[in-house]
Amino acid sequence: MANPALQQSKTSNRNRIAIGVSLLVVGLLMYGVFGIGAQPGQTATFGMNLVSSSQAFTIPDLVLPVQLSLNLLVLVTIFLGAWELARGIRSTGWLIGVVSFCFVSAFLIWATADKSFNFVGMLSSTLGRATPIALAALCGVISERAAVVNIGIEGTMLMAAQAAVMTATLTHNLLVGLIVAILTGAIVAAVHAVLVIRFKVDQIVSGVAINIFGAGVTSFISQRYLESNVDQLNNSGTFKIIAIPFLSKIPILGPIFFENSPIVYLMLLLVIILYVVLFYTPWGLRTRAVGEHPKAADTLGISVFFVRYVNVIIGGMVAGLGGAYFTLGAVGRFDQNMTAGKGFIGLAAMIFGKWNPIGAFLSSLLFGFADSLQVKMQILSVPIPSSFLAMAPYIVTMIVLTGLVGRAIPPAADGTPYEKQ
Amino acid sequence: MTETREAKKVEKTGAKRGLALVDNLLMPALAVFTGLLVGGIIVAVSNDAAIAAWRGFFHAPGAAFKATWDAVSVAYGALFKGALGSPTDFFAALKTYQSTGDTAPLLKAIYPLSESLVAATPYILAGLAVAIGFRCGLFNIGAEGQLFMGALGAAYVGYSIIGLPAYIHLPLALLGGAVAGGIWGAIPGYLKAKFGAHEVVNTIMMNWIAFRLSDWLLFGPMKASGYRPVTPNVEATAELPRFFPDPLRFNWGFFFALAVAAFIYWLLFKTTFGFEIRAVGANPDASKYAGMNVMRNFVLVMTISGALAGLAGATQVLGVDHWVGAGFSAGYGFDSIALALLGKSHPLGVVLAALLFGVLRSGATNMQSVSRIPIDLISVIQGLVIIFIAAPDIIRWIYRIRIGRTEQTVLTRGWGK
Repeated sequence: MANPALQQSKTSNRNRIAIGVSLLVVGLLMYGVFGIGAQPGQTATFGMNLVSSSQAFTIPDLVLPVQLSLNLLVLVTIFLGAWELARGIRSTGWLIGVVSFCFVSAFLIWATADKSFNFVGMLSSTLGRATPIALAALCGVISERAAVVNIGIEGTMLMAAQAAVMTATLTHNLLVGLIVAILTGAIVAAVHAVLVIRFKVDQIVSGVAINIFGAGVTSFISQRYLESNVDQLNNSGTFKIIAIPFLSKIPILGPIFFENSPIVYLMLLLVIILYVVLFYTPWGLRTRAVGEHPKAADTLGISVFFVRYVNVIIGGMVAGLGGAYFTLGAVGRFDQNMTAGKGFIGLAAMIFGKWNPIGAFLSSLLFGFADSLQVKMQILSVPIPSSFLAMAPYIVTMIVLTGLVGRAIPPAADGTPYEKQ
Repeated sequence: MTETREAKKVEKTGAKRGLALVDNLLMPALAVFTGLLVGGIIVAVSNDAAIAAWRGFFHAPGAAFKATWDAVSVAYGALFKGALGSPTDFFAALKTYQSTGDTAPLLKAIYPLSESLVAATPYILAGLAVAIGFRCGLFNIGAEGQLFMGALGAAYVGYSIIGLPAYIHLPLALLGGAVAGGIWGAIPGYLKAKFGAHEVVNTIMMNWIAFRLSDWLLFGPMKASGYRPVTPNVEATAELPRFFPDPLRFNWGFFFALAVAAFIYWLLFKTTFGFEIRAVGANPDASKYAGMNVMRNFVLVMTISGALAGLAGATQVLGVDHWVGAGFSAGYGFDSIALALLGKSHPLGVVLAALLFGVLRSGATNMQSVSRIPIDLISVIQGLVIIFIAAPDIIRWIYRIRIGRTEQTVLTRGWGK
């Protein structure tokens, strides 16, 4: 009993059995819910072209036999579960990834039986829906790498979204709106930075206060000014979708990645820039040092406070851009509480992405997928109440946060104020 | 020698008490005052007449100040009159009652006060929910969803069971609220204890799940006959009795909430379990080494917290509305955080803060109808109050208070720790 190695193997054994059994249950569930009702002749049609696409040639739709595909997916899941039970599979992450893929595919095929469903259209809207989440996650990455937790991203995005639409409508210039959104984000983040760095306010409390303030002030302005002056203040229009020459002509990938709102391109660009800055530049090294061991960084002559201020404010600008996406990128007007928890989902994406810009982006895609899936499923009129489908992104977030898949370690000093000696 | 030491000791505790007074009374009071002040500035800035007067500042500076003062005083005057009623009306009504025996004017005069107490009732319980979490180092920002689920649970027990006597039905309905809210709190608590998933994100996610679930329930299984997506009215046996005839809605819920506050005080400060909660909140590592089961405390406290928020929803349904509709819990989640912070996570403080917020909320309706200031102004003020409470240094700096520099409480435990 006292042997820790033995205990370790015991708990991992128990985990193995638990995962194996739950995979078997998932497999049987898939069969019971999706597979059992499938008729031999049914097919599911997945559209592979956007309706208004500029790609070079159309490719044929993917037509799958429903019963065969479902049975195959169920078999794969059950086989993996049995293998895990009997022998164990080394990478739990891969295992759960593959099974989730099987489950989602089975769900899609079941829902599309005898119908047609624009698959590329959904993937394309996935990227759009992932954009504000990814920007929120990037904001989190930048500030938390310097050990400042910013939970006020939601409120920041709300305020930026509203500032963007108002200035854009007033000036009839979307670019002005975008810049104002980024500035709003910077200002709000600066307030957060001063509160937590200078006044050493608890970082979560400050973030929550920003969320409350943001929700209150945007609703206040909405009711006081926007509702009565929609055309003067709350009708900006949206950025035109830009198709990148040549690249947008690639089938499938073209319409997904290269026919988007400029904010989406900015987001993709930011992911790469931040990755390079964080891991291949002196500033990134300093940021990470401040996040992991501020005292050591201080000893080496890095100004801990300065690095934190700069990172939090840049993070706020990124969140501001995310806010602008809600109004200038998506619908062209402001609605109360239109961020609907995206700022918090972004934080979950950041954690799932292991505080890495690229990881954060990829996990945002996961949430975007869950979000766009539920919208498309409502269109397909699946026999599941739309309210339950709408829970999908939130439930995925909670599952991800359990850390069953790829547990990550936050920056060591995350969330703690620095006391200069 | 010993005498002086004794005297010093007494002096020290005296000074400490003074500091505690500054910390627990003066600072919150100043925070609220400053929040109202900034709110006043927002009122002035959003008032067309005041802005017009400021445009002509160089011609008539006095008029600018007067217009600003008018805007703010009308708004806040309406706020407090709407919340507390006016004393002159009250005494006039009292006189009418004495001379004619007519109670109608008297009831009308105390109507605003009754509404404030009605508004304070769920605040007390929801504030306690967040406060008990704080005491254990947990940040429950999901009171809104828990409250909604509690309301639905209480409503379901309230309307689906027919024919029970009130002394069984009412407690059962309250229990239904507590259980539904408790489950909603227990899930993030369990995820925190088992997997280290941060409760702040998870409680928010549970909020959204609660909203979606309530959409489904209100349009589906729990919908009353008719067009509106609301639950049926609860049975009369499940209602919290009211003290006065309609339209006064003041009911037993208020005293129930006070009793719960007293119970939470007893639980936190007079029991071993309460000691454990506070120990875990102060230092989870030390508590663990002292042999306390930190994880079990996390789950239990989140369950209690959710149950308290659920009770808040239950008292609102059973005492005031008698049915639940969409958007039922809007705003309560954030309000309750402000309450817990303002009340320094102490049951008595939470009750006082809840009374204050009850006044602000019920008065805000009147303010909106008199001077067209949206109710959301109160949320803005709340956000500011939270910042000022959490950053006492700002208040010290504004008002030049030098005494009583207390330790900052750190609630953040980071992600997955």
